[in-house]
Amino acid sequence: MANVPAELKYTREHEWAKVEGDRARIGITAFAQEQLGDVVFVELPKVGARVTAMKTFGVVESVKAVSDLFAPVSGEVVEANADLPKSPELVNTDPYGKGWMLVIRMSNPKEMDGLMSAADYEKLVADGGH
Amino acid sequence: MRYISNTPAQQKEMLATIGASSIEDLLVRIPPKARLSRPLNLPRAMAETDLVRHLQRLAGLNAAADDYACFLGAGSYDHAIPSPINHLISRGEFFTAYTPYQPEASQGTLRSIFEYQTMMAELTGMDVANASIYDGASSLAEAALMAHSVTGRDSLVISRGVNPLYRQVVETYVEGPGLKLKSAPLGDGLTDVDALRKVLSKHVAAVVIQYPNFFGCLEDVRGVADIAHEAGALLVVVADPINLGLLTPPGASGADIVVGEGQGLGVPMSFGGPNLGVFAAKQELVRRMPGRLVGATVDVDGQRGFVLTLQTREQHIRREKATSNICTNVALCALMATIYVSILGKRGLRKVGELTTAKAHYAARELGKIPGVRLRFSAPFFKEFTLQLPKSPERVIKRLMKDRVLAGVPLKGFDRTYKDCLLVAVTEKRTKEEIDAYAVALATAVA
Amino acid sequence: MHAAKPAYDKLIFELSAPGRFAYSLPDSDVPDSDPAALLPKEHLRASAAELPEVSEVDVIRHYSRLSQMNYGVDTHFYPLGSCTMKYNPKINEDMARLAGFARLHPMAPEAASQGALQLMHELGRDLAEISGMDEVSLQPAAGAQGELAGVLMIRAYHLARGERRHKVLIPDSAHGTNPASTALAGFSVVELKSEANGDVDLVDLERHLDEDVAAFMITQPNTLGLFESRIHQITEMCHAKGVQVYMDGANFNAILGITRPGDLGFDVCHFNLHKTFTTPHGGGGPGSGPVGIKAHLAPFLPTPVVVKGPDSNAGGYALDWNRPQSIGKLQAFWGNFGMLVRAYTYIRTMGPDGLRSVSENAVLNANYILKRLEGDYDRSAPGPCMHECVLSARRQKRLGVTAMDIAKRLLDLGFYAPSTYFPLIVEEALMIEPTETESKETLDQFCDAMIQIARETESSPQVIHDAPLTTPVRRLDQTLAARQPVLRWRPSP
Repeated sequence: MANVPAELKYTREHEWAKVEGDRARIGITAFAQEQLGDVVFVELPKVGARVTAMKTFGVVESVKAVSDLFAPVSGEVVEANADLPKSPELVNTDPYGKGWMLVIRMSNPKEMDGLMSAADYEKLVADGGH
Repeated sequence: MRYISNTPAQQKEMLATIGASSIEDLLVRIPPKARLSRPLNLPRAMAETDLVRHLQRLAGLNAAADDYACFLGAGSYDHAIPSPINHLISRGEFFTAYTPYQPEASQGTLRSIFEYQTMMAELTGMDVANASIYDGASSLAEAALMAHSVTGRDSLVISRGVNPLYRQVVETYVEGPGLKLKSAPLGDGLTDVDALRKVLSKHVAAVVIQYPNFFGCLEDVRGVADIAHEAGALLVVVADPINLGLLTPPGASGADIVVGEGQGLGVPMSFGGPNLGVFAAKQELVRRMPGRLVGATVDVDGQRGFVLTLQTREQHIRREKATSNICTNVALCALMATIYVSILGKRGLRKVGELTTAKAHYAARELGKIPGVRLRFSAPFFKEFTLQLPKSPERVIKRLMKDRVLAGVPLKGFDRTYKDCLLVAVTEKRTKEEIDAYAVALATAVA
Repeated sequence: MHAAKPAYDKLIFELSAPGRFAYSLPDSDVPDSDPAALLPKEHLRASAAELPEVSEVDVIRHYSRLSQMNYGVDTHFYPLGSCTMKYNPKINEDMARLAGFARLHPMAPEAASQGALQLMHELGRDLAEISGMDEVSLQPAAGAQGELAGVLMIRAYHLARGERRHKVLIPDSAHGTNPASTALAGFSVVELKSEANGDVDLVDLERHLDEDVAAFMITQPNTLGLFESRIHQITEMCHAKGVQVYMDGANFNAILGITRPGDLGFDVCHFNLHKTFTTPHGGGGPGSGPVGIKAHLAPFLPTPVVVKGPDSNAGGYALDWNRPQSIGKLQAFWGNFGMLVRAYTYIRTMGPDGLRSVSENAVLNANYILKRLEGDYDRSAPGPCMHECVLSARRQKRLGVTAMDIAKRLLDLGFYAPSTYFPLIVEEALMIEPTETESKETLDQFCDAMIQIARETESSPQVIHDAPLTTPVRRLDQTLAARQPVLRWRPSP
């Protein structure tokens, strides 16, 4: 039974996005953190930086792998999780909660409609994640 | 063949187990037209005694520093190598071990690298050092790439006081990424800070100076650091770590990255290689550092242990997005340096610097007394100095070979501005007798 | 049961006692020796570096104890795939230490370095003959630098012909340095799919070959230990589009005297002297990565080039700097000369027949292991292998034992582990390269251990999960090391 909260939207690259008014809170999924193993470092952009949908905005490192992070939507970074530098393990223990990565003020909220639903993402994971 | 253990009888047994009638059966995937149809055209195998004699003859054709008084520098130095080093690094468990990817079976290597990282950080005055790069020049090239990656800027300013051979290596390395190199000229042997200010811009990722510089002169590291940082650029300092037992470490003067050649720390000159590329940086830059890093941790019993860490930056995981393509470090040379620094220690390394200073200054004074010979620059110097000669340095060098003196490195090939100059290095090994004999021979040669 | 071990757990700093020393330096024999009088104050270190203060006995004992915590080829079978952990002959060490080599400064006058230059020139010619290439540069300090040099020369070659090509094709089975070196040279890497046995997927290759591709880089034999038999076809396909072909020479130990990259259509190859040519691994280096080229790439060789000729030093040897189209330099001086001496000594020791028998026995040994283990571990490909074989611990993984677990258990059984998780295209990969210097007895002991582990996987896997138990430390917390990096010793406050 995959851990895929129903109210979130998802990307093919295993990020999740949660709408909060004109903003989106984003992170990586439970499946992603499991694949990576123990997260040791997350590289995030600074507040004020711009991100573009489906382009990389940072990197998540585990002991044995490193993965690019892809923005689900475009916009301006209004918050970056200040707990992650000290406690990267939050991405493993609470990927949808305390392990959130960025809050983005969306420049084009319609981009959310292009993301996958929980049901579609669940299917992607069941098929092996590709 | 003494390195191959299997006897013909054993080879037959093994083939029988495999189910092949000859080794040829195992090479079946190689198409006939790909097969070499003749033996390799190489000299026949030599028995050990013949081979030793042959190599001794070749070695005998070279002017080794045991038979000549060596005043050569320019990035490789005749510093004394204490006797325990060779014995310890010749232990088979050190020199026949592999990269410590299985840390449980490699704690010897890992611990000694951790010690090495600590020593290099201490000497350079920086927060962290890596497990070594190939040599000082490739270390500098890696620092250039790192400065670009950290700042996002695509050009570098390199002082003319930096070893020209190092500059050439940087040029080769920045070709791919397309970085631009600019120069800051010298004024009386030191980086001209006014000219430096003019050439800085918001496109400059780093300023690079050498301390002491290629000509032996002691740069104002703090002054250049301030200018670089004002322009938003990093300061990269090229420094010889053995000098930093006495000299102010670049880290204390504002350097962001320190690189250099560690060969003086117990590594034989060996006609220019292998060498020891030192690389150290400030804490906030650690994840951008190229090369291996050894870190402390604990095992399942809570016992202290050491591992290669932050490996995800490296080529075997990151592949084309790696911080660098480097795969080896020069572990055995780093071990030589670690043992050297342990032997010399806190006071000994300072004493090496004191002796070097005393002898180099004595030599500069004595040689400067010769009519027509003068110090080219008036700036303070350490270990090396640049002499201006009234006769061709190449001719002088040739003459002094007959007196068994390796007089110095002629500078014409590096920069025609200095075509009448000779770069002279004087380490703690040079005796007063050798220096006096050099002065006598030089006086004759230029008379 | 954890074997009780008096574990030695000191760092050299922890042995310090103020005032203790191990050095011997003479007093100054020149007048005016006070640095404070000779150098301006701002250049003198305000406080001494925090370095050890130990006696010579401390140094000897400490580093001797550290060495005993390592496995080396001198003490253990070391079947690391693609690393060629063969015996390092001791005569090589003696020759590298001859004073005429070790005590020679790189800037000594060329007329007084003829022995060194001759050795370099002859070694270059030997490697050219061994590889079927036209010229060799000995300058690169390691395989990765050799790759960089090779790719930069290819880049220069295309530019000189007025073409700016942007891509390099590399199979997904390649060693990580291949894409890393390529990216460093300014190209974008296009990853090609390999077939399951590591062979080049010719359809994928054909699809990607165009005039924007500068080079195709492959390892031969491939990283699964198999010879790519359609190599002539591949090099022809590439050359038809002006694409240069690069051979990663990491697996040269399989083909000495049997086949040569130059005869297979390769334009460039590099050598790892610290693999095939016995220069010691040293715990991670130094290596040496000469690069061999066909004549059309000669103008781009790194400077200086060691030449022999009527004009140089009266018929002797010289360093030629007059190379206007050179790609430049990879390191400050001329190459890792100390390693070149070792490789030269080895080649002269072996001779042509000896080198051939190296590869024949390397291939024999790897196939013997493959045969003995194929009942218990999955093969990655059918047919005989070359000098190394790749097994998959797929069966064991289903029972909860991974390739990493197997590696750790081998340490307890007295062997260094094979390479694990490379190549990436094989699940739970174990890459085993015995080399030719191992005896059948050693191979049998290793195979017996691997079979024992396969049995333990079924009957008592806990001993594998707990491994290693007998090494100086047990499994280490890599996560902690990466999350909270401690990269240097600090004195206790």
